Amino acid sequence: MRHEPTKQEYSQMVEEMTPKHNSLLNCIRAFFVGGAFCLLGEMIKQTMMKVFDISKKDALLYVTIELVLLSVILTGFNLYGKITKFGGAGGLVPITGFANSVASPAIEYQKEGQVFGIGVKIFTIAGPVILYGIFSAFLAGICYFLGTQWGWIG
Amino acid sequence: MEYVKAFFVGGLICVIVQIFMDHTKLQPGRIMVLLVISGVLLGALGIYEKIEAFAGCGATVPLSGFGFSLWKGMKEAVDQHGFLGLFEGGFTAAAVGTSAALIFSYLASLIFQPKMKQ
Repeated sequence: MRHEPTKQEYSQMVEEMTPKHNSLLNCIRAFFVGGAFCLLGEMIKQTMMKVFDISKKDALLYVTIELVLLSVILTGFNLYGKITKFGGAGGLVPITGFANSVASPAIEYQKEGQVFGIGVKIFTIAGPVILYGIFSAFLAGICYFLGTQWGWIG
Repeated sequence: MEYVKAFFVGGLICVIVQIFMDHTKLQPGRIMVLLVISGVLLGALGIYEKIEAFAGCGATVPLSGFGFSLWKGMKEAVDQHGFLGLFEGGFTAAAVGTSAALIFSYLASLIFQPKMKQ
């Protein structure tokens, strides 16, 4: 017969099993993973500007497209989750983290159909991000608009 | 040098968010929303522009940079079209990032099969 753990033993077990939050280690990992994505972005930007003679504004858009594509491919091969697991915020904060949160439910829920599976779930994270991004930009835009109208700004 | 700055500032933004996450236990979705809003806010206050000028992609690759570009698009649209710009700027600025994410993700859903959680 198996030994039933007492309450005390059980709480000790829980204590041991719960992953320890090592904040310093988390931060170091986040720094290197997040920094690496930004470094990659900068490399794409410089290459676009110098080799292909593209304006800075367009080069930044190419950076976005290429990082998003990279992230979606990594998500498809189930690798991006590992990056986030290791890097924490380092995998979440860059635009690649956003792309991962779009691609991941799209792949995951494809069995539930084109419209209510992929079509709905693809916006699980993208929806709130776009909504609050657009709305806060709208609010800031109103302040700017009124400011220019009444001669406070510019 | 640009590469070092991008790496360092980008990494630093991630560290700030990591500390925030460790202390608040906020879910990733909320973190992303907060990042975009703070990018818009810092953009409107003229602070993010300075960070971007210093760090390049270290400032634009994090999601706060997405918020910053939303603000830039909004400002340009208001400068050009006045009141109508308020309803144009956001989506124009967000167009490339969100379209890329949606298009590639949809294609990925056609190609890749969901995998069992390990």
